[in-house]
Amino acid sequence: MSNPVLEIKNLHVWYRTYGGYSRVLDGVNLHVHKGEKVGLVGEAGCGKTTTMRSVLRILPEGQAHIPEGQILYHGNDILKMKPRELQQVRTRGISMIFQEPAAALNPVFTVGTQMFDVIKYSGLSKEESRKDNIKRLAIQAIKEVYIPDPERILNCYPNQLSGGMKQRICIAMAIVTPRELLIADEPGTSLDVTIQDQVHRLLRGLVEKKGMSLIMITHSLGVARELTDRIYVMYAGNIVEVARTSDLFANPLHPYTLGLLSSVPKLTGGGVAEGIYGRIPDYLRPPGGCRFHPRCPRAVRRCREEKPLLKDLGGHQVACFQV
Amino acid sequence: MNAPIMTINNLKMYFPVQKSKGKPVYVKAVDGVDLTIHKGEIMGLVGESGSGKSTLAYTVMGMYKPTGGQIIFQGRDISMSSDKRPLSLKKDLQIVFQDPGSSLNPSHNIRQILELPLRVHKIVKREEMERKIAQILQMVELSPNYMYKSPASMGGGERQMVSIARALATDPTFIILDEPTSALDVSIQAKIINMLLKLQQEKQLTYLFITHDLSLMRNIATRVAIMYLGKICEMADTVEFFRNPLHPYTRMLLSSIPVVSEEEEALKPEKVISTGEIPSPVNVPPGCSFHLRCPEKTELCFREDPVMLEVSPGHLVRCHAYQKTAGVHVA
Amino acid sequence: MNANLQPASDINIPSFTARFKEGFRKKWYKFSRNKLSVAGLVIVLAIVMAAVLAPYITPYPEHAGKFVDYGNASLAPSATHLFGTDIFGRDILSRIIFAFRGALLMAVLVLAIAVPVGVFLGLLAGYYKGSLLDTIIMRVTDIFLSVPPLLLALAIAAVLEPNLTNAMIAITVMWWPWYTRLVYGMATSLRNEYFVTAAELIGASKFHILFREILPNCLSPIFTKMALDVGWVILIGAALSFVGLGEQPPTPALGQMVSDGTRYMPDLWWMTVFPSLAIAVMILGFNLLGDGVRDMLAKGEHDHE
Repeated sequence: MSNPVLEIKNLHVWYRTYGGYSRVLDGVNLHVHKGEKVGLVGEAGCGKTTTMRSVLRILPEGQAHIPEGQILYHGNDILKMKPRELQQVRTRGISMIFQEPAAALNPVFTVGTQMFDVIKYSGLSKEESRKDNIKRLAIQAIKEVYIPDPERILNCYPNQLSGGMKQRICIAMAIVTPRELLIADEPGTSLDVTIQDQVHRLLRGLVEKKGMSLIMITHSLGVARELTDRIYVMYAGNIVEVARTSDLFANPLHPYTLGLLSSVPKLTGGGVAEGIYGRIPDYLRPPGGCRFHPRCPRAVRRCREEKPLLKDLGGHQVACFQV
Repeated sequence: MNAPIMTINNLKMYFPVQKSKGKPVYVKAVDGVDLTIHKGEIMGLVGESGSGKSTLAYTVMGMYKPTGGQIIFQGRDISMSSDKRPLSLKKDLQIVFQDPGSSLNPSHNIRQILELPLRVHKIVKREEMERKIAQILQMVELSPNYMYKSPASMGGGERQMVSIARALATDPTFIILDEPTSALDVSIQAKIINMLLKLQQEKQLTYLFITHDLSLMRNIATRVAIMYLGKICEMADTVEFFRNPLHPYTRMLLSSIPVVSEEEEALKPEKVISTGEIPSPVNVPPGCSFHLRCPEKTELCFREDPVMLEVSPGHLVRCHAYQKTAGVHVA
Repeated sequence: MNANLQPASDINIPSFTARFKEGFRKKWYKFSRNKLSVAGLVIVLAIVMAAVLAPYITPYPEHAGKFVDYGNASLAPSATHLFGTDIFGRDILSRIIFAFRGALLMAVLVLAIAVPVGVFLGLLAGYYKGSLLDTIIMRVTDIFLSVPPLLLALAIAAVLEPNLTNAMIAITVMWWPWYTRLVYGMATSLRNEYFVTAAELIGASKFHILFREILPNCLSPIFTKMALDVGWVILIGAALSFVGLGEQPPTPALGQMVSDGTRYMPDLWWMTVFPSLAIAVMILGFNLLGDGVRDMLAKGEHDHE
């Protein structure tokens, strides 16, 4: 297979807090190939967003500490990049869509102003960055996210748009200049189901059309199932299961994945499952061994003492001694 | 079926927004809702944001004085705002809010939070307070150790448990659950839902469960009502509702749900592509308020607002497509 | 059935003292992260100690009152008189330390009256936003806020007999509206929080809602503002005494000392410079302390408990 666009190797991220270091990420490995749609699934507080923020190096300065790990973008380590190179990656390589579209847009500037800025700083040539060309690109991007009347939208302030429209604008900004990889952090979570469905379909269509890679962060297995080719299940800063989407749903292996799947209320009815015992650990004093063991129904002594690594079962990887 | 515990007749709740040409303009958040809730039932009220489902709940709770219509609760007319309601009514009618973060006072500890209802309604003597609070905490499966914790030091799920405990403290008969789990993870949601169901059984409670999650309602509600722009557009027993969804909006909602298995996929109505967004309730479109997004609209829908019709026993729908075939079971 | 959500780590309820100690340790951690706040605390403590112990630590405590020694008049700073002496031969250092007493007393009394009044009115107006009560309280507040504060205090102090008590009354009258404004803003947003609604729906009394639900959530900005305000009250007090409307001679007051000294500038520079420095250091100290209090009471992003 070709070289991955992005490869995260053994990433650790700690936060400084009162009481010591909060060890959030504990050796994350992840890769995305060209044109691949990858899902990163887990509950709130699992470190999904921290992982993706470290890719763009937008973790809180001074608080976050990366003791170990590499984030390779086409083989170059993003963590070691100089500001100029990093800017290149941010403006041409990777873009990100956030959960809260209202917070991602500045309320005092028009949509147009904000989009033009994105285009201006994307390192276009002199020729390309002429005013009419920028506007043309912006209008084209808005058309691509199926918003009617782009000229009018450019002159709107964000508060004049609905939540779904704002998220479409955010998507338009992320694709307005060619990018290789799009990171979407729960883009539909704050929206209603029907709008969420529209945004997800739009996102999938665009990514496929442009041949981009996608990393979809979500807490919802259902969303990941409909949108991705391959899924990473994350728990407490560890990747616990990796599989092709169809494999994962046909044959989920890790006890955490199983617990999550059974907790989802089903349209077929049949009541609500018990849920998963306990809650996400305190990262200041994470449990030793497998971080899932205090919540795991199948935990044995070994799980408390030794950290399971991902083992490959024919393309389906899982980090559990019991499988 | 049990006797009705609450009857809502043609309830209207309008909020003035601004004046245009000297005339006040209203947001019709709730616009003529009829709903009967029977004792011991879990009534699921489903809608998108802006559908008016929370306003309906808040009006029932007396946070607003209704613009029109009637709310009858246990035989008493309670169509008034909460400060005019007698204290005994507040004991029987409780609510759990969506956001467990803002519904618990951040500067109180759990004991102070749970003490309030007990003190206001004089449920226990001062000496027995501690024991009673411990008992209430155990009811929601929290250890008495939580008594002196602050809400900020607890997880979202535990906070919501405390909110539920506070609602239960006065021993109510009717609880409104306003999206109690939508801010929580599924694994936590599952636990809270199980606990709510257990409590409902034990204490013979009636729930009005407000949510945007249809698949959750499939598993717990006895009846489901869908709300769109201040009006109920379809209502039926849960089993019938999911077997035979009639309103185009219901179908659009169902087809938008992300699911995790093939069996569920098969249950979704044939892909009704969701389009458009819920319009602002300030300018509700004329005719059927859903016609802007409806894939099956006819010329009639632009002109005339359909009325509620019982197409089969207990299955009500408000759509022109079923008006002519009234009484006929539409598959 | 299951004690599901109960983490295994906590087994007992921590005692009150343990909780208090832990809370204090964390507050101190947040406060002391900024070294300037600690410096502010040190300055403030030093000033308070000096003021309290003035009769015992000043080299010439009798110089604080009616005292004349023309033999030692107008001496430049030296080992015997660190800050020099004034035209009556009084030790400036001793007089400055005694002047701290009046300045601190003024700040404490002014805030002790202005803050409760201002906070109470702000709570009422904020909770009943949109009512007649709100309109009356806030319009009166606006009127007070629209007059330049020093001017208002000058006017009031000028009408009354010039002394420390009346200067305090003048400053108090112009100080409460700031707290009303501050609390009003917070109360209007807090009253829409769900925990307030929940208390209302349970049937709690208005007293409970105002003072038990809303007020505790306003306290940290109030305390922060109070710590910062001590310095400003002292400054206004000094300004009043500078123009002769505060403490009357021979009792020392910083503003009055500065104003006396200006007549002998630049020859007897120490008569002006040292009292001015004392004012500056006091205000600096309270401002730094105020910043620290703000940091200490702020809710941190990664504020694990």
